[in-house]
Amino acid sequence: MHIDWAALGSVFGVSLVATVALVGLFSLGIIGLSKRERAAESGGSAVLATTTAYACFAACAAAVAYGIYLIVA
Amino acid sequence: MESFSLILAIVVITALAFDFTNGFHDTANAMATTISTGAMKPKVAVAMSAVLNLVGAFLSIEVANTISKGLVDESGIQPEVIFAALVGAILWNLLTWLVGLPSSSSHALMGGLIGATVASAGMGAVHGDVLVTKVLIPAVAAPFVAGVAAMIGTRLTYRLGEHASEKATSKGYRAGQITSAGLVSLAHGTNDAQKTMGIITLALVAGGALAPDSDPPVWVILSAGLAIALGTYLGGWRIIRTMGKGLTDLQPQQGFAAQTSAATVILASSHLGFSLSTTHSVSGAVMGAGLGRKGGVVRWSTATRMFVAWGLTLPAAALVAALAEWVTGFGAWGTAVVAVFLVASSAAIWLVSRREVVDHTNVNGTDGADDSAEGAATPSPAAAGPVTDDLAVTIPAQSDPATAATPAATAGASSSSAAV
Repeated sequence: MHIDWAALGSVFGVSLVATVALVGLFSLGIIGLSKRERAAESGGSAVLATTTAYACFAACAAAVAYGIYLIVA
Repeated sequence: MESFSLILAIVVITALAFDFTNGFHDTANAMATTISTGAMKPKVAVAMSAVLNLVGAFLSIEVANTISKGLVDESGIQPEVIFAALVGAILWNLLTWLVGLPSSSSHALMGGLIGATVASAGMGAVHGDVLVTKVLIPAVAAPFVAGVAAMIGTRLTYRLGEHASEKATSKGYRAGQITSAGLVSLAHGTNDAQKTMGIITLALVAGGALAPDSDPPVWVILSAGLAIALGTYLGGWRIIRTMGKGLTDLQPQQGFAAQTSAATVILASSHLGFSLSTTHSVSGAVMGAGLGRKGGVVRWSTATRMFVAWGLTLPAAALVAALAEWVTGFGAWGTAVVAVFLVASSAAIWLVSRREVVDHTNVNGTDGADDSAEGAATPSPAAAGPVTDDLAVTIPAQSDPATAATPAATAGASSSSAAV
């Protein structure tokens, strides 16, 4: 009986890293947005936080696009 | 479509019926977390999932021919064998739906194929090692992999987002959940609708209506896609409730982490050569997310019932399929008996389900917020009492049929064959 432990291991590794990375990025994006909100309430602007937020969300969107590519291809 | 015999027509219709049950069984995989956290209204969620399933069905035909390859010997497979396999799979799907337990439709189908093949060609036709590598190990690995990823993801997002504002959080996680749920739906459409296409194509080849090695005809792709989308839209509310509310109480952060983990595991597994079941991955992810939140709990009694159902899926479907195959072996009237038995027991299961209706109005129990938003207009009998009581009462009450389900099914099957 041949059990492909290497494939299972790589599924585990890739899933773990990708999930944590994506969730982490997304959370950072949300933090950025909430900083911007607070800044807006006090009349200021938070350029760095806003830029970070959009960069994070863009990275997540790229990951989703890659996911759709994997499904379609 | 040339030389379309009656048995072939029956097989095609039964396969589409299986596809339909597959759709409503697996809506929970994509949408349970989104519905229970309130990210989407229940009806909107299942509609979106249905559309994405339909789209997914048309994206490729790669999976379509692989369902039975390797597991059973295809040479000499008869349409009756496929019919018997589908009967086993459909009945198991309906029973697990009745008791609200998520279980793998693919395992049910594989179990059906194995049982029917053994009954017609003997034990030698089944490859035992393939059974272990393709069924048993994935069933253990999937919830573990998805669970660990979801748990760490949940911890991370709670830690990072401690000081995030309420508004950004609720808006953000809502969008994130909807996106990852959409990916799961799309992946499901490409996988599961194609399994049915593969089965129908296999039957058409076996029945001589198609040349061997043909691609699925367009009408097969279209009808399989529509059947799974319709099933998805009607929504397996019972299973959604178990997955979204029964296993653990999910907050948006957890729903997002769970669904992202599930989507990642499903995509990673199907592209790194170690296929894992969608149902097992999502269930594992939901439990992992439950464990990842401080003070979060997993209801292990519900989880245990689910694990038992997973263990029973293959043998139960195999047993029913083997009996069905044995009865069809008596000739045309045997096939008719099995068909009548399938329709009658499906109707019986549906009638039993009407005793305690679970639909989009009460899928989230009687959680105060959800209640005022969705369920207030039509409070259902099941929705009496606070949510914890409701879950504690209804789910154990359903566990009786859960454990009694298999004997009942097989007893039903044997009594029908005994009556023959």
